[in-house]
Parts: sequence; structure tokens; C-alpha cells
Amino acid sequence: MAHEYIPIFIFLAVAGAFPIVTLIAAKLVRPESPFKEKLLPYECGIDPVSDARGRYTVRFYIVAILFVLFDVETVFLFPWAVRFRQLGMFGLAEMVVFLALLIVGYIWVWKKGALEWI
Amino acid sequence: MPSTAQILDWLTIAKPYIIMGLVVAVWPLVSGYIVLMERKVMADMQVRLGPMRVGPHGLLQPIADALKLLIKEDIIPARVDKWVFWFAPVIPVLTALTAFAVLPFSQRYFVAELNVGVIFILAMTSIGVLGIMLGGWASNSSYPLLGALRSTAQLVSYEVAMGFAVVAAVMVAGSLDMVNIVKHQQASGVWFIFYQPIGFFIYLVAAMAETNRAPFDMPEAESELVAGFMTEYSGFRWALYFLAEYSNIFVVCSIATTLFFGGWLRPFPNVAWLNFLDWAPAVMLVGVGAGCLYLAGKQLSAANKIGMGVLGAAIIAVGLAFGVPMVIDYVSGPFWFLFKVAVMIYMFMWARFTFPRYRYDQLMQLGWKWMIPLGMANLLVTGVLILVKMQYWSAK
Repeated sequence: MAHEYIPIFIFLAVAGAFPIVTLIAAKLVRPESPFKEKLLPYECGIDPVSDARGRYTVRFYIVAILFVLFDVETVFLFPWAVRFRQLGMFGLAEMVVFLALLIVGYIWVWKKGALEWI
Repeated sequence: MPSTAQILDWLTIAKPYIIMGLVVAVWPLVSGYIVLMERKVMADMQVRLGPMRVGPHGLLQPIADALKLLIKEDIIPARVDKWVFWFAPVIPVLTALTAFAVLPFSQRYFVAELNVGVIFILAMTSIGVLGIMLGGWASNSSYPLLGALRSTAQLVSYEVAMGFAVVAAVMVAGSLDMVNIVKHQQASGVWFIFYQPIGFFIYLVAAMAETNRAPFDMPEAESELVAGFMTEYSGFRWALYFLAEYSNIFVVCSIATTLFFGGWLRPFPNVAWLNFLDWAPAVMLVGVGAGCLYLAGKQLSAANKIGMGVLGAAIIAVGLAFGVPMVIDYVSGPFWFLFKVAVMIYMFMWARFTFPRYRYDQLMQLGWKWMIPLGMANLLVTGVLILVKMQYWSAK
């Protein structure tokens, strides 16, 4: 089974070599004349006041946590989907139970307002 | 002197590597031409001409753009995290190109046939998010940081909806192998879009959001965030992000083609009286070539006349070669696959120039409150329908 992955690892190496080679090629031909103003972060013309990495809204964390939960659920669904025809009625019942638990959690999250973006 | 059989053996072993070389060598050029196509489609929808100066009808524009980007100064702002900033654009290119490895261009042409092909592609496109995040974070500037945050939140939100849509399609196919999925469609004689119209709709919306395309292009909303996570990038590093974006579009369109539109199969693959459709590639290419010859006559300068004429003649020659019965067998698969992908990419462009941009909160609401419940409902309905069909259809 593993031999199917050999071309993929070689592909990974080739695909990784492509951007690196082109970046080196670009380095050889491009001009370079930096000065202080050119190297300032882009801030619509004014000088940046402070470091950009301040606090940002907690919504992004909530989305990240929800994503981990739901994405793990979909990963569990894949093997079930492949064997669905063989599992038949039993498989469907199992998955309804599984999805019901997920949906209860989903409704709770919705009621809590975690899906609102204000 | 090796015998013919030996040469064929070597070709079979070397085939994945030849395709790999072709993809890495040709794809950057092709993505340049997809950009040109996008500019031309945009111009057409806005009643303009688009790029016309470089070569006949602007056909050499992508090459000029690539050269310009190659010799452009690469500005690295003083406050960035140098190593992360350097490395970040490599990641999306790496993952997007690697996803090409499991795309079945035809029954014969693919780099690797994995029994988990669909999961492999989903995994690769998910890792690509890292490049966007790291790039935005390393820039140490407000706009890229906001762009990267938005982009990540958007990508992970729609990843879930896309997962549900893909699971539903996998249920119908009963396989995660990209090649087998198409073979199942051949066996059942129906494209899976007819079994999974809602699944396809969810997939389409999620794919547009996944690739940061308008109307979901919040991460790089020009009017709000300048250029989003790419703001501080310039020169060839910026070009790498661009290449990754178009590679991702190609990959998601290829998945859609494979899952819902029968991959490399021609329309109605099992209907014998429609066998004349095998000639469609030849007819289409000769038609395009004839169009080029017609346009060549209308060019003003001699160089453009010759260029367009040679192009038209070359396309007609390829088209005629496609008409040879022995060749048809080998080229019709890749032709139909690429043709369907091109139509999908055209749909992406069409959507971009038709719909106004969403607001960010609307985008998240659409993803979490509409697409995900719809995806779950679609999953359950699909399951019930498959069981009903198994019970009552096959019993007769």
C-alpha cells in the first residue's frame, strides 16, 4: 500500500523545489535599493504608531474552537459514508444518533449566541 | 536494444513522474493564462476589451507579467519576522501543487491513485491556510494581520460545510478514491450532480469561500483591507501567493468535476448512439483554430498577423490529430476533464463579476447558520433515500 505514496513524496519535493528555485532566480535578477521609508509597514501613508499585533476580537477564537469540533465530526463521517451501503439500516440509525448529539450541541451554541458576529 | 515491451514497461513506471514534471513545468504558465482569461471575461462583462497590447489580443500578457514580477524589487519591511515572512508564501504553493497529485485527469493519467484521495486533497488545501496565517502574522502590520484573521476564520468555517457536501457525495459513490468515484458514475450512467443537487450547491458556495473568491473575498477586500494578508508582499513572493490562489481554484474545480460532473467521462458515456460525441474535441479545437485564423486576418501589424495565424494553424493541427480514431482513446479523457474544469472556473469568474461582496458578519452567518444545517439535512436525506432505493429498487 505504501508504494502508492512514493510518487506523492517525490511530488512534494518537486513542488517545494519550484518556489524556492524561482525565488533564488528572482534574487539574482531583481534590483535592491531599500531605504527607511520604503521599509515602513503599509499604513495608508502615516507612520505606524505601535506594533500591529495587539488584541483582537474573541470571536475568532470561538470560530476556531467550533471548527475543531465540527471538523472532527465530519472526519468521523467519512468512513461511515464509504461503508454506508454495507452497513444499511444499522449504519443510518447509528449516524442519526451521532448527528443528533451534534445537532443538540449546535442548537445550544446557536442559543448561546456563539454564531452571532457583532 | 530494448524491445517495445520493455519501453512500454519503462513508460508505465515513469508515467507518474512524467505527469508530475508536466504539471510543475506547465501549470505556472497555465495559471497565467487563467488570469488572462479572467481579465478578458471581466472586460467582456463590463463591455471593455481588456488587455490587447502585448501580442495579438493580449495573448502574451501572462508572459510579460511573469517577467515583470521576476525582475521586480522584493521589499521586506524592517519590522517583519524575516524567516516566517520568507517562508510563508512557499507553503500554499507547495500544498496546492501537491494536491494535483491525486487529480485523475483521465483513467490513465494521474500521479497517484490513493484510496483516500478525497481526504488527501481536503487535508492539503487545509494546510494551505497556514501560509496565509503565517504571512499575515509575520508582516507585523495592521491590514495583513486583519486579513489573515478573517481569512482563517472564513476558511475554517466553510471547511465544515464543504466537508458535509463531500461526505454526501462520497455516500453516493461509496469510495474515497478519485478514480473509483468517476468509475462509479460511469457504471451508474448518471453524473452525481443529479443525485446530489443540494450537495453540489453547498460545495460550490463553500469552494468559492475557500478560495477567497468574490463574493466572499473579504480577506483581500480592496476597499477595506488594501490587499489583506498580501499587503506587505511584493515581487515574486506576491506572485507565489497568486499562483497558490489560482492553483486552489483549479483544485476545487477539479474536485467538483470529479465528484459531481463525471470527471474524464464524456457526456452520456454509455449511450451508444451518442458516440459521435467522441469527435467533439476535434470539432471544438478546429473551430477555435478557425476562429484564430479569422482574427489573424483582422490584425493590423504583420507580426500579430503571423502570430495569430501560426497559433490558429497549430490549434487546427492538434484538433485534426484528435480526430484520428487511435488517438481519441488517449486524449478524450484529459480533454473532457480540462473542459469541465474550465467551465467550472468560468462559473467562478461569472459569480465574481455578478454578485456584490458580502459583509463579514453576513458571511459567517451564511456559513454557520445556513450551509452547515443544510449540509447535515442533505446528509440525512441522502442516507434515507439510498436505503429506500436499496430496499425497494433492487428487490424488484
